[in-house]
Amino acid sequence: MKWEHKTGRDLDNKQKAAAVSVVVLLGFGLGFGAAHLLEGYIAYWDIVSGPFLLSLRVTLAAGAIAGTTGVASGYVLAKGRFPGRDVLETIGSLPIILPPTVVGYYLLEVLSPGTRAGGFLTRVTGHVFVYNASGCVIAAAVAAYPFCLRAARTAIEGVDPLLEQAARTMGLPNWRVALQVTLPLARRGIAAGLTIGCARALGEYGATLMVGGDINGKTRTLSLAVLDSFTTPERDTMLLILVLMAVIAMTGIGLLGRSRA
Amino acid sequence: MTGLVPHSWLNWLGIPPWVWDPLSVSLHAAFEATIVVAIVGSALGFLLAKGRFLGRDAIETVLSLPMAFPPTVVGWYLLTQMGGPGPIRNAEVRLFGHPLTFTFNGIVIAQIIESFPYCLRFSRTAIAGVDPRFEQAARAMGLSRWRTALLVTLPLARRGLVAGVAMAFGRALGDFGATMIVAGSVPMATTMPIALYNAVFYGSHEQAMVLALVQLAVAFAILLGVSRLGKVRPW
Amino acid sequence: MTPALELAVARRIGEFDLDVAFTVESGISVLFGPSGAGKSLTLALIAGLMRPDAGTIAINGQVVTDCARRTYVTTQKRRIGMVFQDGLLLPHRSALDNVALAVRQASGRQARRAIARSWLERVGAERFADRRPGSLSGGQRQRVALARGLAGEPALVLLDEPLSALGSDVRQELRKLIRGVIMSSGVPAVLVTHDAAEAEELGDVIIAYDHGRVTGTRLVERPECPERPQGAPESTGPV
Repeated sequence: MKWEHKTGRDLDNKQKAAAVSVVVLLGFGLGFGAAHLLEGYIAYWDIVSGPFLLSLRVTLAAGAIAGTTGVASGYVLAKGRFPGRDVLETIGSLPIILPPTVVGYYLLEVLSPGTRAGGFLTRVTGHVFVYNASGCVIAAAVAAYPFCLRAARTAIEGVDPLLEQAARTMGLPNWRVALQVTLPLARRGIAAGLTIGCARALGEYGATLMVGGDINGKTRTLSLAVLDSFTTPERDTMLLILVLMAVIAMTGIGLLGRSRA
Repeated sequence: MTGLVPHSWLNWLGIPPWVWDPLSVSLHAAFEATIVVAIVGSALGFLLAKGRFLGRDAIETVLSLPMAFPPTVVGWYLLTQMGGPGPIRNAEVRLFGHPLTFTFNGIVIAQIIESFPYCLRFSRTAIAGVDPRFEQAARAMGLSRWRTALLVTLPLARRGLVAGVAMAFGRALGDFGATMIVAGSVPMATTMPIALYNAVFYGSHEQAMVLALVQLAVAFAILLGVSRLGKVRPW
Repeated sequence: MTPALELAVARRIGEFDLDVAFTVESGISVLFGPSGAGKSLTLALIAGLMRPDAGTIAINGQVVTDCARRTYVTTQKRRIGMVFQDGLLLPHRSALDNVALAVRQASGRQARRAIARSWLERVGAERFADRRPGSLSGGQRQRVALARGLAGEPALVLLDEPLSALGSDVRQELRKLIRGVIMSSGVPAVLVTHDAAEAEELGDVIIAYDHGRVTGTRLVERPECPERPQGAPESTGPV
């Protein structure tokens, strides 16, 4: 069995998270600073901030939803012994190549208060899920889900079953084996899937457009706003923010590559 | 493309023109895009898998950017570079006689950019996953690098390579944001995803249902085929 | 006195066919034989990591496997401890945490860690209690694995070739440690090895295995049956 040789200087997870946050904040700070120096593009902040903050909230929420459901279903698919696991994974993977407008269409069918399913949902929860931020979150979460699912399944399948057996001989019940052994050992793959899922959620366009409605101020995420600003002066600021976000996503995809090795 | 199959046949089969037109545009564009992507993507995937040069991962990350960017940005860049003044537009005019925005070829290029990362990553994983001992045996038998690659590596990696091409094709078929921006809503260049959006936007419920179902079936078929090809996992 | 282990099982895997029966009263019983004779498979069956095709297993009088009555107690409910050839310590936790996770009889993190720490002292590993397995040598890891196997106060401890992956000089020192700590803890043990010298040094009873069958049982003469002095030999070297 190969042990990772960690030296005393290896960072633990908390320190790594802190380092990443610092880098991200620095990146944003430098980016905006550069924009300001470059010619006061930051003057358009009032126009840009709305979509930017909305995208930030939507992506984080969608990432959380897709992450938890993805890990849970990935665990079931990895450990389960029932037939049709691969078919289920295929269904869950549909949003990867399904046209975003198809996703949007079916989401509207299920969530719109005008339909049977959507009407029922709205009556039961007292909340409307279309043409507001919730709709954007749902659309983005659906886009991110398959990446989280597949990465989680692969990572969990890759955990040495001997370690799980050893944990069982220690007397740990199955749920503790999952939480304290399997998932921590799979954390790299899961994190990589989460990052690419968030990148995907950030860039979601078609489904968000249909379910959210591109309402200025309420559901106009950054990816929608970029298009609307194409002919206006604030497009360069939009561009800058997008590039920053893409850089963060890039780092995530880069991590993805390394965790595959 | 609509000239390929006579309308009388379509009517007999029960396929209305508002399905067949965007479907044929989508298929045609995706087909052309996938041919380019398959060749270039597999070749680059091979280089990335086998090469020993610095910055391999960085190159793959850069080429994978379209997965992270909103497709509208990709389309936007294509629009400005192909339509606005600049070296690319000049090259286009020289090569094609006119800029490619709002045309079919523009759509193809948008789809190439969007689907390229999928083929690239699948091929790299597939080729890197070939047991090096097979290649070593081939070299020991005296086969040159070229012949080893062609006769040993590629055939052994074929499942992953096919999966990559299939995913790229599916992605090209399913592209919406980039295609829409590059093509506008010119009827000649309406793809299936755009047609569905129009149907929903203009309230043609029946049409929307059919268009969505067709695309769902196609995507499902592609994914099922890819999963049958086995466990090639670039993510 | 209830035997620590009563076992009579049969299991077939492909071409290999295991059919064994024996009891363990107390002390260390060694399953000795060449590789592939079915010794590790037997341990897996005792631990509940695999199921036999037929037979029964009882630990401390409690039936944990009974194929005829379809009784089967899960691994975590059998009060066993296990020491693996590769240690199999959780790589993302410290040595202390690894042992603490195995402690069942105390609740509360402080109590569990205190018990874990005392076990680490007994195996001479308290120096690296806070280090991760990845930074430990093979011998150090097996010390921690031994502590982990015993910390849960099991009714039976199973050791699967615990020293086979180590260098010979390390093996000598750890043999004394294993014998000493297990005897002083009073937990009956079943140990698997293919090394004859190890079997002689560690076992009170040697059960010979060959091709999936028990070919003989032998008591080992121990003149004084001394308990090794309290406190394991301190590791002074890289072990």
